[in-house]
Amino acid sequence: MISAAIIVFRETLEAALILGIIAAATKGIPKRGIWLIAGVVAGVVGALLVASMTEQIAAMAHGIGQELFNALVLSIVVVMLAGHNIWMARHGAHLARDARQLGQDVRAGTRELPIMFVVIALAVLREGSETALFLYGLAMGSDQGLITVLNGALLGLAAGAAAGVALYLGFLRIPSKWFFAVTSGLILFLAAAMASQVARLLAQGDILPSLASPLWDTSHLLSNSSAVGTLLHTLLGYDASPAGIQVVFYVSTFILIVMGMQWAKKSPSIKH
Amino acid sequence: MSFLKTCVLLIALPSTALAANGGDIHLIIKDHRFEPAEIQVPAGKKVKLIVENQDDTPEEFESYALNREKIIAGKSKATIYIGPLEPGRYPFFGEFNEKTAQGAVIVE
Repeated sequence: MISAAIIVFRETLEAALILGIIAAATKGIPKRGIWLIAGVVAGVVGALLVASMTEQIAAMAHGIGQELFNALVLSIVVVMLAGHNIWMARHGAHLARDARQLGQDVRAGTRELPIMFVVIALAVLREGSETALFLYGLAMGSDQGLITVLNGALLGLAAGAAAGVALYLGFLRIPSKWFFAVTSGLILFLAAAMASQVARLLAQGDILPSLASPLWDTSHLLSNSSAVGTLLHTLLGYDASPAGIQVVFYVSTFILIVMGMQWAKKSPSIKH
Repeated sequence: MSFLKTCVLLIALPSTALAANGGDIHLIIKDHRFEPAEIQVPAGKKVKLIVENQDDTPEEFESYALNREKIIAGKSKATIYIGPLEPGRYPFFGEFNEKTAQGAVIVE
């Protein structure tokens, strides 16, 4: 039961943390709750579909279908998070004074929520499909009984969700003066972290060269298998032994988004 | 081939799988274990790992040291490219059956 709980926790954590950040970043927008819940539901449905098609997806593109599929999903999320941050930078001048003002900006809500719906759905889909496959395997070959497996899974899910809620509540304690800087900053790191994962997947599928593999190795200082390592991996993209190509993707994505945000700040803002 | 020669060859044959230069490496998952549990690959070369899951249940090939992660459905094969790598020992495991599914890539 504990092994099921740990793996489900590990798989749910990333989606839960993303959900926590986005729930905080969209706080105050009308109908936010419905959109976020719809994103989770769509993600779960998508995850079950993807899990049931694992073999077909894997067989595509001469055996690297899984890498291409995951890289595509992550790339879409990176572009959307980048778009969110650039848009926020453009409107930041009004919003920075009071976070709740965003809630009164109906246009902000109508533009942001569908994007966040897609981000959440894809994040849940990616992590959820792995969880579904794991549980399917465990339930099929289990000598410990289905109920035990399900109990473990629920425990892991609850722990993952709790981490997401904790992050969300932590965000809400941030003074509104800093609120957008912190949420935009974290989304910036999150997008760069995902871009690094795209590079890893493409190197794993031999579409891109690894460049140095690894470029450095800090696993003796902080391993990705440790709890802190896992957390930093998800939030900031920490990798104890990254391939050179991952670092290239991480840094370029980071710089491009920052440049986009700078450009958006300077360009004439929409009048209110 | 004489009996003696065969014996010498069998003894000399390493217990681990050995990659020919640039050749593919085959790895089997059976009863939630990797066979062979250790594979040797040359340093500084990109290697194609072909992992065949003979179990009915899916497995996730995962390695922090190699920075690799891939789901392999039950009764199916997966291709994973690794390297080029520095000499050393790179452990991997099956995330869905971590207790038994343990292995390592030895780079020399």
